Amino acid sequence: MLNDITLGQYFPMKSVVHRMDARFKIVITLLYLVMLFWGQHIWSLVAGLLFTIVATLCSKIPPKMILKSIKPIVPILIFTGLLNLLMLDGGEVYWHWHFLKITEEGVQTSVFMIVRICLLIAGTSLLTYTTSPIVLTDAIESLLSPLKKLKMPVHELAMMMTIALRFIPTLIEETSKIMAAQKARGADLESGSLVQRAQALVPILIPLFVSAFRRAEELALAMECRCYHGGEGRTRLRKLQSGLRDYVALALMLLLFAAVIVLNTMTK
Amino acid sequence: MPILEAKDLTYTYSIGSPFEKTAIDHINLQIEEGEFVGVIGHTGSGKSTLMQMMNGLIEPTSGQILLDGADIWDKKTDRRKVRFQVGLVFQYPEYQLFEETVYQDIAFGPKNMKLSEAEIDRRVRETAEAVGLTEEHLKKAPYALSGGQKRRAAIAGVMAMEPKVLILDEPTAGLDPKGRTKILTQLQAYHKRTGCTILLVSHSMEDVARYASKLLVLSQAKVVCYDTPSGVFAQSQSLEGMGLALPQITRIFNGLAEKGIRFDDEVYTVKYGAELLKARLEGRNPEC
Repeated sequence: MLNDITLGQYFPMKSVVHRMDARFKIVITLLYLVMLFWGQHIWSLVAGLLFTIVATLCSKIPPKMILKSIKPIVPILIFTGLLNLLMLDGGEVYWHWHFLKITEEGVQTSVFMIVRICLLIAGTSLLTYTTSPIVLTDAIESLLSPLKKLKMPVHELAMMMTIALRFIPTLIEETSKIMAAQKARGADLESGSLVQRAQALVPILIPLFVSAFRRAEELALAMECRCYHGGEGRTRLRKLQSGLRDYVALALMLLLFAAVIVLNTMTK
Repeated sequence: MPILEAKDLTYTYSIGSPFEKTAIDHINLQIEEGEFVGVIGHTGSGKSTLMQMMNGLIEPTSGQILLDGADIWDKKTDRRKVRFQVGLVFQYPEYQLFEETVYQDIAFGPKNMKLSEAEIDRRVRETAEAVGLTEEHLKKAPYALSGGQKRRAAIAGVMAMEPKVLILDEPTAGLDPKGRTKILTQLQAYHKRTGCTILLVSHSMEDVARYASKLLVLSQAKVVCYDTPSGVFAQSQSLEGMGLALPQITRIFNGLAEKGIRFDDEVYTVKYGAELLKARLEGRNPEC
């Protein structure tokens, strides 16, 4: 049951997108998101769609995986789609019933919204599919490093994120072990009222918390033993390196972005 | 009738994914009541998986587990009742302690069985005594005990359910030699007193040779042999091929045999080996 939770859904492959500098990937993804929601013209959406398709093909991630990432938000899509479709007013009226009506503007907005949200999920999934969580936090640290001048503890935040990500699988494994052990002693986790089920969690949560604290203490000691003293003057095993492909990708994104702005001003 | 029986038992992890792995491969096995079985095998041989299947924590991919002749995965069988009859002590069981006092923690299993207060009290005190915990210890919080004491408290928690079959997955892992001997001798006494069936998973050949009446050797998801210790140790060649070493004392006696000092009997406990050597030195054993 606990194996189904995919946190950090990194999908290891050898592709251009995987090899790209994570910092560039983050910046490009951010630009992509802004572009999606800024673009008002139908061609802006088409551009976004094309970009997503090309990026997916370059990444060698099976398109099935991208579709899988959209699946959980289908209810949200239906909800926003219907809401926009039935509530918005403007343009030609196609259908009318009490306060509900379907209008030209409603159809347009709901289609735009659905496509935008799908592309948003697809694009961001592509980022997490092609970048391991550890590299991702490194890149965030690097991108936020100017904030160090404002006395923001950027390195410490990144280290905390890295540690948290590292220990999620460990804790999941630990939880299933404790669950099995308590089940062996006759703990009933599957039946009973809500209150009874909540109570049944106590024998699992307490050992889990105790072990999490124990691990934290051991980790802190181990880090001290290896003379960890924060980010000052620390070098990295995996250096983030940018190359030609990163600049090309960024230039492409900026071009698309500019095109969307031009399209926007033209339609106004 | 055997108390536990595995019929053509198979278990495969993560079917259909790239991580697919068969942990148990068509195992057939019969364990008689009252036996003290030592379970040995290399890391990844399927020991832990097999043990968890014995008490219904893992559902077989195919095949059956019979407890007293009844399939434990039959629709009519209550798996929780099975777990009360086949007690399983996991590796490092001290990490599952959670109650405020040791007493309450040992009582967790019996409470889940919905026993009367008096019966729970009797069982807690009896098993605490069996594992060498005093009245003082019972009142303490589990975290106030030492490592070895915690381990024994956790074992008592399973013993208190008075299972017909008690399975222990490496109960001595990470303990010092003194702690190991303590747990194992207490286990032996418990076995003698209650007459229950015990399955002891261990890495240590010395331990299983000393306490077990039967040995179950697993290798690469299959049962290699299920026999008495002397029967198993007689096949020293194939054991070493599986990465399992004979008990040190047996290796010493094999070495002596190579040098021409032969004994009739296979030796696998230090005590017996010492007796034989003493007899030989005193000249009471003139053959050879």
